[in-house]
Amino acid sequence: MIRQFRKPISAGVMMLELRGVETRYGSSQVLFGVDLSVAEGQMVALLGRNGMGKSTTIRSIMGLTPPFAGTITLNGAELQHLPVYRIARLGIGLVPEGRQIFPTLTACENLTVVAANFSGRSNPYTIKRIYDIFPRLAERAQSLGSELSGGEQQMLAIGRALMTNPRLLLLDEATEGLAPLIREEIWRGLTILKERGLSVLVIDKNINNLKKIVERHFIMERGRVVWSGESVDLTEAVQKRYLGI
Amino acid sequence: MRAFLRNERLMLTVLLVFALLPPLFQLMGQEYLLSLLNRILIYGLAAASLDLILGYGGMVSLGHAAFLGIGAYSAGILAFHSYEGSAVLNWPMGLVLPGSESLLLALFVAVVMAGFFGLLTGSISLRTRGMHFIMITLAFAQMFYYLFISLDRYGGEDGISLFGRGHLPGFDLNNDFIYYYLCLFILILFLVLARRFTTSRFGLVLRGGRDNEQRLRALGFPVYRYRLICYALAAAAAGVAGVLMAHQGEYVSPGLMHWTKSGEIMVMVLLGGSGTLVGPLLGAGVLLLLEEVLAIYTEHWMVILGPFLILVVLFARNGIHGLLMKIGGRDD
Repeated sequence: MIRQFRKPISAGVMMLELRGVETRYGSSQVLFGVDLSVAEGQMVALLGRNGMGKSTTIRSIMGLTPPFAGTITLNGAELQHLPVYRIARLGIGLVPEGRQIFPTLTACENLTVVAANFSGRSNPYTIKRIYDIFPRLAERAQSLGSELSGGEQQMLAIGRALMTNPRLLLLDEATEGLAPLIREEIWRGLTILKERGLSVLVIDKNINNLKKIVERHFIMERGRVVWSGESVDLTEAVQKRYLGI
Repeated sequence: MRAFLRNERLMLTVLLVFALLPPLFQLMGQEYLLSLLNRILIYGLAAASLDLILGYGGMVSLGHAAFLGIGAYSAGILAFHSYEGSAVLNWPMGLVLPGSESLLLALFVAVVMAGFFGLLTGSISLRTRGMHFIMITLAFAQMFYYLFISLDRYGGEDGISLFGRGHLPGFDLNNDFIYYYLCLFILILFLVLARRFTTSRFGLVLRGGRDNEQRLRALGFPVYRYRLICYALAAAAAGVAGVLMAHQGEYVSPGLMHWTKSGEIMVMVLLGGSGTLVGPLLGAGVLLLLEEVLAIYTEHWMVILGPFLILVVLFARNGIHGLLMKIGGRDD
């Protein structure tokens, strides 16, 4: 089933909503009226070929590349004019592409430095809880960020975002370039987060893994959302047409 | 953690050496070396304060000497008005600041003034990055330099001469030994506070911001504010070093604020090892000792010192501190 996406599809109380978001880098426009939404406790995937605007959408939500048109709201509060740190404080945690952990801090310090409870969660994430999700990090707690493997750095980047106790987690290519075993460990961690009711917007290329845990998929093409649907709707025909796989 | 402990051990050892050297000099009949050692302590304090913003915050400031000068002039101007019997400030509603030779008052005024100007200049310069930040800090320092040159009342280019080292109840500051140990005490106090500061959550945010500022902002931290507070604190500490320097040499001049002085302090930090606190103290020691020793043999001592600094920067990872840590063994 292939359909053009026109407006957000309700799946409970909407937490994040993008309406007509347009973003550019200098004079080069990248997003052309992006509409998408993430409901409370929902896991949503943003798919598309390279260079279609997925990462820019996430950067726009986070305020790293603010949109010049359209609105982005989190629980009704507009984000598009807020500075980056204020957006994060409203409860959005970002796991960026390339991980970007702090290389001169230890794994433990990487987690401690951002410890906060921005969402006012009653049972906030602590270092111990992060170690429960990713036991490997506990073993490397005193290692410098630069000494960790790619997979460990990715776990640390997710753990670090969780330490701010976000309402919504954004993951940009969380399993890119990782060994299959490590990738599985990351997916296992994300499944735990989903079971705990965290809202997640994820960009990833592992369609099979995504289909198992993601409730709604949005496909982007040339800066627009061109398809959305549930995992069961993401047929081979859809994948072939929009993703070329 | 082991590296941290070894760093603590190195700091304790260095401070112990500084504490034991004066009696040794006295036994050897070489008391004149005490003055050099005292200068090393004071420059070490100034360099360690720069290390807070350079080593931990990643802010390459070429204007730190301005705060050293503000501190020195705080002491100098208070003493000048004391000799003259006039007031430094005489504002309406009874707001009067009389001239004074009190070291404690000079330290207080220096911390407030240097901290205030740190906050003021930092609030502008920290909005820039990289080369622009270096240039704007240099420009602010040169502004202060030319401002004090233009103040004829306070000696202009000639500066202010002090008659003695000021007063501290219970201590004769004109005694070189007492003054030396006072400086050592203040340095230790600073290092202890700075160590707590850099290992605190605040310090971690600073170090995180040095590694990746945008990432930290995206995690909800207004890096600018953290850096500004650090910048002002470092400025206040440099102000303290300025007071100690003014009383030690019994002389204050605008030359203390010149950008070459900022460069000299930066060399001490890089030579000793940035982001270590004790490294800049070692850097100050080696630089001032080399200056002193080489000047005995040739008036062109800079020709030897220059290549030496280049070699250290090229081959000693993180300066003298890095070398000592290497000699002390690996972390793992």
